[in-house]
Amino acid sequence: MNRLVIKGGRLVDPASGVDGIYNIYIMGGRIASIKKADTDTSEIIPGSPGLDIIDAENLLVIPGLIDLHTHLREPGYEYKETIQSGTRAAAAGGFTTILCMANTRPVNDSESVTSYIKKKAAEEGSGVNVLPIGALSPGQKGERLTEIGELKAAGCAAISDDGVPVEDPGLMRRALEYSKAFKMPVISHAEDAHLAGSGVMNEGVVATRLGLKGIPNAAEDMIVARDISLAELTGGRLHIAHVSTKGAVELIRAAKKRGVNVTAEATPHHLTLTDEAVIGYDTNTKMNPPLRSMEDVEALRAGLKDGTIDCVATDHAPHSTIEKDVEFDKASNGIIGLETAFSLIYGLVEEGVLTLSEAVKAMSTNPAKAIGIDKGSLRVGFPADITIIDLNRSWTVEASRLKSKSKNSPWLGKTLKGVVVNTIVGGNVIYKA
Amino acid sequence: MRLKRKDILGIEDLTPDELERILATAESFKEVSAREIKKVPTLRGKTVINLFYEPSTRTRTSFEIAAKRMSADAVNISVSTSSVVKGETLKDTAKNLEAMRPDCIVVRHSSSGTPHMLAKYVGCSVINAGDGAHEHPSQALLDMLTVKEKKGRIEGLKVAIIGDITHSRVARSNIYGFTKLGAEVTVAGPPTMLPPGIENLGCKATSDVEAALKGADVIMMLRIQLERQKESLFPTLREYSRFYGLNESKLKGAKDDVIILHPGPINRGVEISSEVADGPYSLILDQVTNGVAVRMALFYLLLGAAREDAVV
Repeated sequence: MNRLVIKGGRLVDPASGVDGIYNIYIMGGRIASIKKADTDTSEIIPGSPGLDIIDAENLLVIPGLIDLHTHLREPGYEYKETIQSGTRAAAAGGFTTILCMANTRPVNDSESVTSYIKKKAAEEGSGVNVLPIGALSPGQKGERLTEIGELKAAGCAAISDDGVPVEDPGLMRRALEYSKAFKMPVISHAEDAHLAGSGVMNEGVVATRLGLKGIPNAAEDMIVARDISLAELTGGRLHIAHVSTKGAVELIRAAKKRGVNVTAEATPHHLTLTDEAVIGYDTNTKMNPPLRSMEDVEALRAGLKDGTIDCVATDHAPHSTIEKDVEFDKASNGIIGLETAFSLIYGLVEEGVLTLSEAVKAMSTNPAKAIGIDKGSLRVGFPADITIIDLNRSWTVEASRLKSKSKNSPWLGKTLKGVVVNTIVGGNVIYKA
Repeated sequence: MRLKRKDILGIEDLTPDELERILATAESFKEVSAREIKKVPTLRGKTVINLFYEPSTRTRTSFEIAAKRMSADAVNISVSTSSVVKGETLKDTAKNLEAMRPDCIVVRHSSSGTPHMLAKYVGCSVINAGDGAHEHPSQALLDMLTVKEKKGRIEGLKVAIIGDITHSRVARSNIYGFTKLGAEVTVAGPPTMLPPGIENLGCKATSDVEAALKGADVIMMLRIQLERQKESLFPTLREYSRFYGLNESKLKGAKDDVIILHPGPINRGVEISSEVADGPYSLILDQVTNGVAVRMALFYLLLGAAREDAVV
């Protein structure tokens, strides 16, 4: 049996409260033992048959990153991203598990589409674990429930109509209620489509100045309030996707205090950019929900810090030049995010907003908890899904080095700190810088 | 001497000095249009493309005439459908036009920011002829020229802009322009048509039209677009006209020598009554005449003579 030893790295595992220099021994794809490096007397003989050694001295070793929110675009939109290119981007970004949204063509609302995604990921993927998210309603039409039990059996980890807000509160209620039987979280893209109207950016001073139609915070707050009420009513398992407003943070904080079974995620871009980024009309600053005000960004950061926001999720949304090199109000919403996520969140650590442990918690520990999988920690017996990062190195975001098929990132040309050196899934190195 | 800039994308970017220079240049070009032979050879050999994605008679014709009076070759391209429909991106369109080596592209588009994107893609000059609800710089310049001619100054004047501020590029450009030259600007309209934070552009805002008109030297009425009724921005034209339309009785609060501007086309009986539109204070036709002079000035200052920063 092949063995892998990760030697002398700084292990940060918030789930087990570990932060120190450790040697990690991996056997059969799982963590076999973890020993403090300075007291480890095991003989590690380089060149031993069946033994691989990664020297992690001066490097950060953390449980593999988990992204609850990606769009892999396959099947149906392979010109934007494929399961192959998307999982390669994930591996390069240090992710070991990703959940992919159901808004493909056809929509992932059935066992057959789920199986197709799983099969493609196994055959052509980079080795990253791919957990599909099933649609909440057939065709994401918002009319009735999908076969949630069958989706679960096929391998879906959650249900969501992400991209298309669930308009009917009755349907949302039933989804939260029915999914309890299968322990399937319901992920809500919280947006009132009528109130958002034809808005293309955050409503406020910047939109007024740029002459662009605004989307008010209330469009998100209202539906977050509605879904929290429904989770309270049903005892269902609610997860709020891409929180962008101060109001939503406050609603979620109060709901958690009352014991509502709700978790939430925020994206790296909503945590680091404001609507001022739209000045200049770069379509890579157009997303839904839109980039908000500084007040909202500060509320999100405080929410992430105090645990109101459990997770960082990328909302990785690849679009080709056909959708992005066009007029601002005609451009598609969304940006890619898998390859920049860690560096951006590490930027918050450098700024003093988060501790390193809190960052890892938000990107690995909590996402695993939110969907109830035995990952997100490096304890003995856990799968050896591990990310190794050099925090002392920087990299420049260049289209040519991005693994994603689409290059729609607002950080093109920017230099970010924190380079993913190795991504390891089940003891296998699937990415090496 | 040219301006030290490649493009005219908005009044927000222009300095008071640049505004004064454009207005002064426009004043000097007015005389050309009064001649029997209405042409100067200044821009001979230069090519101007008028790229209009939105229907427009007045502005397009005005730019075309301005280019021709300067002896530039003007080509009009009207695009009724969006490039997206054809599968061509804005960037493709820009690169194709640039390959024909124009000296200037004048662009009008219903999407805010399109001239800015175009200007990034092409090396030639770009003039914004109106982008979405963002800016319409040449309109503001012709408004300022008209006011300056009649009042002899802009500094210290009280300017009231009435109507749908949210959707008005004319309002935004005029707020920037008039405040930069020292006027005091108040915008007024129903609360549904006053966008959040409009005061940050440098004006006052109120939904009380009579308060805005009080002591006004200049009134600018904006065209009300009928389709806004469907968006519930106002209940009916009748109600709009009653509370926000300009008529003789509302006009009484303004200064005796008040002047009235309207970017046209007018909805008679809606935002402005016929008696006011045709009355002695109305300068609507002077605006159109000045439009040509202002656009000649813009072409001259972008394409003519040597750029100040050019290495000789």
